[in-house]
Amino acid sequence: MNKGRYGMYGGQYIPETLMNELLNLEKQHNFYKNDFEFKKKLQTLLNVYAGRPSLLYYAGRMTEDLGGAKIYLKREDLNHTGSHKINNVLGQVLLAKKMGKTRVIAETGAGQHGVATATAAAFLGMECEIFMGEEDTKRQALNVYRMELLGAKVNPVYSGTKTLKDAVNETMREWTTRVHDTHYVLGSVMGPHPFPMIVRDFQSVISEEIKGQLFEIEGRLPNAVVACVGGGSNAIGSFYNFIDDMEVKLVGCEAGGEGIDTEYHAASLTKGEVGIFHGMKSYFCQGNYGQIAPVYSISAGLDYPGIGPEHAYLHDMKRAEYVPITDREAVEGFEYLAKQEGIICAIESAHAIAQAMKMAKTMDKEDIIVVCLSGRGDKDAESIQKYKLAKSNNNSNNYNTNNNSNNTNANTDNSYDGGI
Amino acid sequence: MSKITEAFSNGKAFIAFLTAGDPSKEKTIEFILAMEEAGADIIEIGIPFSDPIAEGPVIQNANTRALSHGIHTDDIFDLVRDVRSKSNVPLAFLTYINPVFYYGYEKFFKKCKEVGVNGIIIPDLPYEEKEEVVAIAAKYDVDLISLIAPTSDDRIKMIAKTSKGFIYLVSSMGVTGIRSEIKTDLEDIIGEIRKVTNVPVAVGFGINTPEQSKNIAKVADGVIVGSAIVKIIEKYGDNATPYIKEYVATMKEATRI
Repeated sequence: MNKGRYGMYGGQYIPETLMNELLNLEKQHNFYKNDFEFKKKLQTLLNVYAGRPSLLYYAGRMTEDLGGAKIYLKREDLNHTGSHKINNVLGQVLLAKKMGKTRVIAETGAGQHGVATATAAAFLGMECEIFMGEEDTKRQALNVYRMELLGAKVNPVYSGTKTLKDAVNETMREWTTRVHDTHYVLGSVMGPHPFPMIVRDFQSVISEEIKGQLFEIEGRLPNAVVACVGGGSNAIGSFYNFIDDMEVKLVGCEAGGEGIDTEYHAASLTKGEVGIFHGMKSYFCQGNYGQIAPVYSISAGLDYPGIGPEHAYLHDMKRAEYVPITDREAVEGFEYLAKQEGIICAIESAHAIAQAMKMAKTMDKEDIIVVCLSGRGDKDAESIQKYKLAKSNNNSNNYNTNNNSNNTNANTDNSYDGGI
Repeated sequence: MSKITEAFSNGKAFIAFLTAGDPSKEKTIEFILAMEEAGADIIEIGIPFSDPIAEGPVIQNANTRALSHGIHTDDIFDLVRDVRSKSNVPLAFLTYINPVFYYGYEKFFKKCKEVGVNGIIIPDLPYEEKEEVVAIAAKYDVDLISLIAPTSDDRIKMIAKTSKGFIYLVSSMGVTGIRSEIKTDLEDIIGEIRKVTNVPVAVGFGINTPEQSKNIAKVADGVIVGSAIVKIIEKYGDNATPYIKEYVATMKEATRI
């Protein structure tokens, strides 16, 4: 019980069939992360293929308008495939190739991690299968097509709630069927050890760059780093190199949905309880007797009932603070950023923008906030339009994860998989 | 010798699985008693979980059906207490770690002893993580049953050495469910196990025909059948008793070589 722990969280709660594979994966990762050739190859791919380093952009108009702390945006939305997901995917697919695997599988919520995995698989010559909840395949027909265009096979998942959590279940089941030639490219800092560590290692490039870039521009550390949290990969990537800099406040923004006092949210740290699921001990939204609860968020990428174990630990240690942001606040952030800065960000990232808007006003003009803009928002434009329409037509609160009626299908339409 | 291990002392053991609450609490009790009457040596009772990652579609659906009727852990303890008042058959729970963790390890295992549960199988609690429950389970005389898989290789001896009750040898890669063929070299794995322990070995995953039952019984100490029984329950619902009885009797008979 000592391996892969963050305080009491993490672990390897997974069927025996996968244990040797996980032990080998850990060994290989620990070897290759210090291997000069591997590091060089990955760095080259990140630079010439994914477009790194991503920009650290000073949001001048936003800063001026809010009248408080200076706001910088880490532009992960400008990466190839449109989000931070590519950082992890390139690393893992390259590692899988080194391990002699010829096939990769992955879960996806609304499609972005699936698209990134299909992209890397196409580029690196691997067979690829994506598991996606049936509900999401209907709502995200375009992303299904994108993945297929990239040569991947998309398997609709009909079990459970037919959404992201079930896509993870099904990908794990598929992996137990075929481990010898297949690597599971997990999309977030969750699941059994060593995944939370591997994904964090590949995403920590975000905070490494922020630190260097901000030092070059401002000659100092930020006062706060803000990121959205589903499973938590862009957040851990943004936080990681600042964890030891105690003066830097780390803020994770959870999906508050319709409000944390309703049942329609996905705020695992704010409202969840400690549990063990998907291979890890962490916080989960769960019902009586430990059944995993259905969750809801306007953003499919944050629509997950758990959170990565390292976040659970940072939360308990009070090293990072996790706050719920409602759908309404996120939509306001989404519109505000578009109008102020001419940037259409993902609805996931808009949760972090909304939090920065609250914080900036309370801070001094000399203070600095860095917000991770984890993804771009083209895919959200239509669904937010629908959401607004539904809200103005019908002032009701009856939003529900699986409801596909006109009023409510705005919740995951065209969203990207920013959380997991 | 524990009650679970004792079940292997009269020839090969036949271990039958069902999901508690599918289709109802009352029917689960009736089915368990029928399976015992038909010759089942150990009954595995599934505590349904919302996300059973080691299960194939048949048992997944049984979990969903049971949960949709609102059954929960305390109902299942009541159900077991009822069975115990009528039968002495060894009983083991099969569930995932979260329902046990959520209930509280101490409280859960204490309750197991109180109502008469003799063992537990937790597919998502591998050797590396079992430390957190092993002492508590032992304190309340509940055998924590270890699983060994076709991919266990160098882990076989390590797992076998500390096993209790019986060893659940997973016949095939993947999840539970009916298979036409078992390809794993079971004899080889059982040979490895035998080098370090005399704890009985029962084979599960995929077994559904008398022919398979017979072949497994030739090499192992017990045969575990789940999905095939759950499928009968799925098909006949409240009226499944005679069909379950007939099936279990046939499968048990096949183990008598």
